[in-house]
Amino acid sequence: MAHTEWRDAPELPDFSLLKRLARDQLIFLLEQLPGKKDLFIDADLMSPLDRIANVTILKQHEVDKLYKVELKPIVSSSDQLCFLIRPRIQTVKWISDLVNADKVAGRFRRYKIIFTPQKFYACETVLEEQGVYGDVTTDEWNFYILPLDDDILSLELPEFFRDNFLEGDQRWVTTAGSALHLLQSVYGSFSKVYGIGRCAKMVYESWRELMEEGEQRTRQPEFAKVFLVDRDVDFVTPLCSQVVYEGLVDDLFRIKCGSVEFGPDVTSSDKSIKVMLNSQDKVFSEIRNEHFSNVFGFLSQKAKNLQTAYDKRRGMDIQQMKAFVSDELKGLKQEHRLLSLHIGASESMMKKKTKQDFQELLKTEHSLLEGFEIRECITYIEEHINRQVSMIDSLRLLCLLSITENGLLSKDYRSLKAQYLQSYGIKHLLTFANLRQLGLLEEQQAGETLTVMESKVGKLVNDKTVGKLTDAFSSLAKKSNFRALSKRLALVPKSGEEYDLRVPRDMAYVFSGAYIPLSCKLIEQVLERDGWTGLEEVTRMLNGQEFAVTGAPNPRNKTDAQRIVLVMFLGGCTFSEISALRFLGKERDTYYVKQIEYMVNIKLSI
Amino acid sequence: MHAGKWRFCVANHLLQYVIYLCCKEEKSQTRTYYLFANAAWFDIKIELYEMGWNLKDGLRECLVAAAPYGGPICDARPQLEIYSSSGLPLASFPWKSGVVKQLGWTVSDDLLCVQEDGTVLVYDLLGGFKRHFSMGNEVSQSQVLETKIFHSPYGTGVAILTGALRFTLATNIDDIKLRRLPEVPGLQGAPSCWAVLTQDRQSKVLVANGSHLFILDNTACTPVTPPGLSPQASSIVHMCVSFSYKYLALLTDSGHVWMGTSNLKEKLSEVDTKIKTPPKQMAWCRRPKSQQPSAVVMWDGLLIVVGECKETIQYHLDDDSILVPELDGVRIISGTHHELLQEVPGACEEIFKIASMAPGALLLEAHKEYEKESQKADEYLREIKEQSLLSEAVRQCVEAAGHEHEPETQKTLLRAASFGKCFLSNFPPEQFVSMCRDLRVLNAVRDYTVGIPLTHTQFKQMTVQVLIDRLVYRKLYPLAIEICRYLKTPEYQGVSRVLKHWACYKVQQKEESDEVIAKAVSVKLADAAGIFYSEIATKAYESGRTELAIKLLEFEPRSGEQVPLLLKMKKSPLALSKAIESGDTDLVYTVVMYLKNELNRGDFFMMLRNQPVALSLYKQFCKHQEQDTLKDLFNQDDDHEELGNLYVKASYKEQRLEARIALLQSAVDEYYKAKNEFSAKTTEDEMRLLRFQRKLEEEKGELLVGFSLHDTMTTLLSVGLHKHAEQLYKDFRVPDKRFWWLKLKSLAEKEDWEELEKFGKSKKSPIGYLPFVEVCIKHHNKYEAKKYVSKVTPEQKVKAHLAVGDMEGAAEAAIERRNESEISTVLSRCSATTDHLLMERLNRAKATAVKK
Repeated sequence: MAHTEWRDAPELPDFSLLKRLARDQLIFLLEQLPGKKDLFIDADLMSPLDRIANVTILKQHEVDKLYKVELKPIVSSSDQLCFLIRPRIQTVKWISDLVNADKVAGRFRRYKIIFTPQKFYACETVLEEQGVYGDVTTDEWNFYILPLDDDILSLELPEFFRDNFLEGDQRWVTTAGSALHLLQSVYGSFSKVYGIGRCAKMVYESWRELMEEGEQRTRQPEFAKVFLVDRDVDFVTPLCSQVVYEGLVDDLFRIKCGSVEFGPDVTSSDKSIKVMLNSQDKVFSEIRNEHFSNVFGFLSQKAKNLQTAYDKRRGMDIQQMKAFVSDELKGLKQEHRLLSLHIGASESMMKKKTKQDFQELLKTEHSLLEGFEIRECITYIEEHINRQVSMIDSLRLLCLLSITENGLLSKDYRSLKAQYLQSYGIKHLLTFANLRQLGLLEEQQAGETLTVMESKVGKLVNDKTVGKLTDAFSSLAKKSNFRALSKRLALVPKSGEEYDLRVPRDMAYVFSGAYIPLSCKLIEQVLERDGWTGLEEVTRMLNGQEFAVTGAPNPRNKTDAQRIVLVMFLGGCTFSEISALRFLGKERDTYYVKQIEYMVNIKLSI
Repeated sequence: MHAGKWRFCVANHLLQYVIYLCCKEEKSQTRTYYLFANAAWFDIKIELYEMGWNLKDGLRECLVAAAPYGGPICDARPQLEIYSSSGLPLASFPWKSGVVKQLGWTVSDDLLCVQEDGTVLVYDLLGGFKRHFSMGNEVSQSQVLETKIFHSPYGTGVAILTGALRFTLATNIDDIKLRRLPEVPGLQGAPSCWAVLTQDRQSKVLVANGSHLFILDNTACTPVTPPGLSPQASSIVHMCVSFSYKYLALLTDSGHVWMGTSNLKEKLSEVDTKIKTPPKQMAWCRRPKSQQPSAVVMWDGLLIVVGECKETIQYHLDDDSILVPELDGVRIISGTHHELLQEVPGACEEIFKIASMAPGALLLEAHKEYEKESQKADEYLREIKEQSLLSEAVRQCVEAAGHEHEPETQKTLLRAASFGKCFLSNFPPEQFVSMCRDLRVLNAVRDYTVGIPLTHTQFKQMTVQVLIDRLVYRKLYPLAIEICRYLKTPEYQGVSRVLKHWACYKVQQKEESDEVIAKAVSVKLADAAGIFYSEIATKAYESGRTELAIKLLEFEPRSGEQVPLLLKMKKSPLALSKAIESGDTDLVYTVVMYLKNELNRGDFFMMLRNQPVALSLYKQFCKHQEQDTLKDLFNQDDDHEELGNLYVKASYKEQRLEARIALLQSAVDEYYKAKNEFSAKTTEDEMRLLRFQRKLEEEKGELLVGFSLHDTMTTLLSVGLHKHAEQLYKDFRVPDKRFWWLKLKSLAEKEDWEELEKFGKSKKSPIGYLPFVEVCIKHHNKYEAKKYVSKVTPEQKVKAHLAVGDMEGAAEAAIERRNESEISTVLSRCSATTDHLLMERLNRAKATAVKK
């Protein structure tokens, strides 16, 4: 991992504390329902739960059997049922049906619902409407943050993006605020808070309210600054194909909750293997941030080293051999196993990603980012759709085209949309409607209407009460201004220059030197200037909503903590952005901890 | 003081007894220490108050209840009267409800009156009626026979024995869940005695029927036997459980008191009282962590303390009394006096025992001599210091001061401790300081006018917060605030909380106007942290002052807190806008859901229309829950675009084709209304496609319905239905490129090379010929691929040659085009061994190309 090779890295706060807190609370809640009980867990809570409390711990607290919530009738002989779920109406309805079914059958059981990270009124309403409110007890498990790695925290809320940006439902805002509050109460106050985006602002507000309510504790802070950024500030970055190793692993195999399942083609056996991907994995930690083109060379070098290490045992006497076996062999074996896995993974990447198709896809993306040869790009996208290469990739390209070009010309929009629907069916009419709402894929409006729209947006922003919630809903045309932003912030390095991917010059390396992620560039600029001064034009183009607040006064002595920055992506972030921030951290002698809502690979469907 | 009235009856067989006058001063306090044979424990009886009440007949023939922790006393004759522990009247009102079977106090100082029919009435400390609840139908039918009110970690509970000889129990009256316990076998009449136990997080009932004991829990009735109970007993006539529910005492008809653990696993002792009449009351008198069990049994005019050894201590009582069990002793309340009976604390015993040589005693002596300016002080001190017990001596004095009730004695002991401290370096001051503070608070609340006779042990157990609450219940706000400030309790736990209670009380004062009260409240609460105005407003509303409540809510900075109350007051529009202002979506949901049930549909929609945020949220809710409502909403707004989308979505859920097409038709209509021709046309196409698919499905038996146009064509081509595919191509205006790609791929898939060649020649390919080459190569047919290389445009020639592996051709093409990058590409593909000559040529060409 980046900071192991970097001597002067500041010490990171100990995030295992967060896990312990969550575990203790969960145990407390389980103990509230004494006696043997069956536990039903929401599918997407399975892996996070496993990180907090494994089956043994659950069994210790009298959990008899574990089931996944499947929204089907259950087979359980236990008299006590406990449900550990996200506050989703659908799930609550299912539970109500179970309770009612038991009632009809004359069966007496105790039911307890534990909502995590919090319960919502809407869920309680469902219980009430179904007439089971008195039969179940409800509780909250305030499990806000899951540390995925030494420097990554996650809220594990896959719905955040959809709820907040598409459906305009801000129920998770308080969750994010509480998560920040939790971090602050465990690790001390932040000296400075920056943010951009409507959601970021709301999160900050909700956090501030919590701060005012509770008692202030002063202690040596372990974070210096926190940066909140909305996903919709930068849609471009997640739309680009990832070429950093970790990003590619995610694209191909999906990293879920910090672990990945490698299929048979990688493991070269007939079963799949689940692997944890974090800085504990020595091989992975060295290649995760590397551009893919370097990875293979690195791995083969590593293999050679490993062989040399193995070879040492030739010409050893018995004593040395004994030492070798006891001290080194296990480590080597472990490394060997990981190495072969990662080689397998990169082989299958090679197969898929070095093909002509992928090269052309990248080329198109880069031209779109640079704004060259747009016509050709459109033709390429058309062909991409026509040949049904990949449903998601086509959509990704379309969105990228729309954002970089401030929307598609009417003619192009219609023809591309028609072709897409021909390829993948008319249900995607809804997909397009959603994308339009998000401002990801739009038809260019005639000039006049746009200015009208803009003035409308302006009014809304000024009006305080309305501004608080309203225009997140409104699909009012939002100009993306990508071209101008890119010029202003120098996001696209001058073309024509050779970019040596082995020795990255700047953050652009995560996209083969073609583009610096906008989100990361913003963070860099703001931290450099210690505020938004000088970036007025940029923030105007990003629809404003920026803020910078000074919190607790800086202690005079510059401790390690002063160099740690918490970056919170509201609506998810990509592994490329994480790699870019790691790179930035190394260069600026600062450490970045990322907190994310959920890892996203832009995936939107009906 | 009242020493004259005390009478002591000391059993002859005691080896030794001491009457110790603890202070030499005039205002001495009388106390009795009995030293038992093994010199292990003393008993101390402290006069707390001379009762301030004026009872005509003493406590005879009346129903009395006194709360633990020095709580209030209440007594119900025709008139229900509430007194403080010192006998000062707090409230009095005539009783007009039904027959009261039992009185009792809750943990939060509320009075419970259990009536014959199982109704429980709840009053506050000052006699205000709060609420009532019922103990269930079964109880009201068969009437209440006996009742016990008990306290557990879960709150205050009520247990009832009905006329049908069944037990009904509620563990927490604030969250009533009635439990009916199983039947007791062989129970003919009322059991001889029973008690409530709290074990394993459950409340159980222990019942004695003659000599048989049973434990009743939720599911079963289990017979139990106390280990080592004397066999001569034929019936258990009385039982009591200790304050902590750990110990149990049983009194048998033979006059034996059995003491043991309440789980009936262990016997601690058994003592013969030699009295066979049934007692009036029995209680545990035991301080926490004490080694000895001891219980108090009371008959008319006689009180007996039983302990571990065979001897008992007896007191004569002048008057009818009642026993109030406490955590560390028993309070005895009679018509005239209020006394505390407890085991002598260890520290006090050490210090005040006659001729004690304990370090604390010596220190006290040293300090006395010091005050007299006598050199003996030094001798005493030296004696302690030689044994290096000075810190122990200080500790003892501080601890003993805590147990003393008389301020003078406390002061003497604390002065001695402070004196001793001077000779110690590094002695941690915390214990001393906090004891001084605690005692100051305790003396204040023990005052006759306040009447809360807490011991230090009780105070520590109940915590400052609870004490503050108790003071607040008694409306002693200034004292409560004073204590909070003195103890430096964090503001929002201390002063703010008291002020909030004060404000809640204030808003109920009917005689003052809304403005005056609102102003008074806001002035007083202005700079207090952590005040929830919403709670005060709720109180105001509950006492019928809606206008005042709204005024108070204005002070509430958290709009989220205002919403629930506004809803309750039926100010829904205001509630909705406040909820939206708060930015908390969950809260908006709360209001929206409330309105949905409250208003009729038309009004509800109208209200939403004026609140776009709420409307949009409600739409989200409907999307997941109520699709039909969503349709109505869109209809109301004339949002035809969304309606169209809704129909399209619905069509995918529909299995039957006709229904599906019908839904799509509705979608088309909506799209037209929305002037979205594109979507309308596309949807129409889809309908056409569906019909076409079905027709073909019927004719050819290929599964097609539901496929996209592209997939349909692929399928048709793959099964050789070229004609039909072409028809689709024409009907649906499929772009040429797509069709060519499709056909090319599907022919290659089938390896129908002849057909492919024909197709390639049919007309000029709109996708060029490079795809032909690539597709053939993909299917490993180099021979066919080569056929198309010549047709490829010059720009793609190199690629085509390379694809078929023709290095020469590639090199030729690249050189011809003099394109440097293409030459390099070819070069990179050459292998040094076989294509030596070729490479040379290429390098040369490259050089010239660069020059150019």
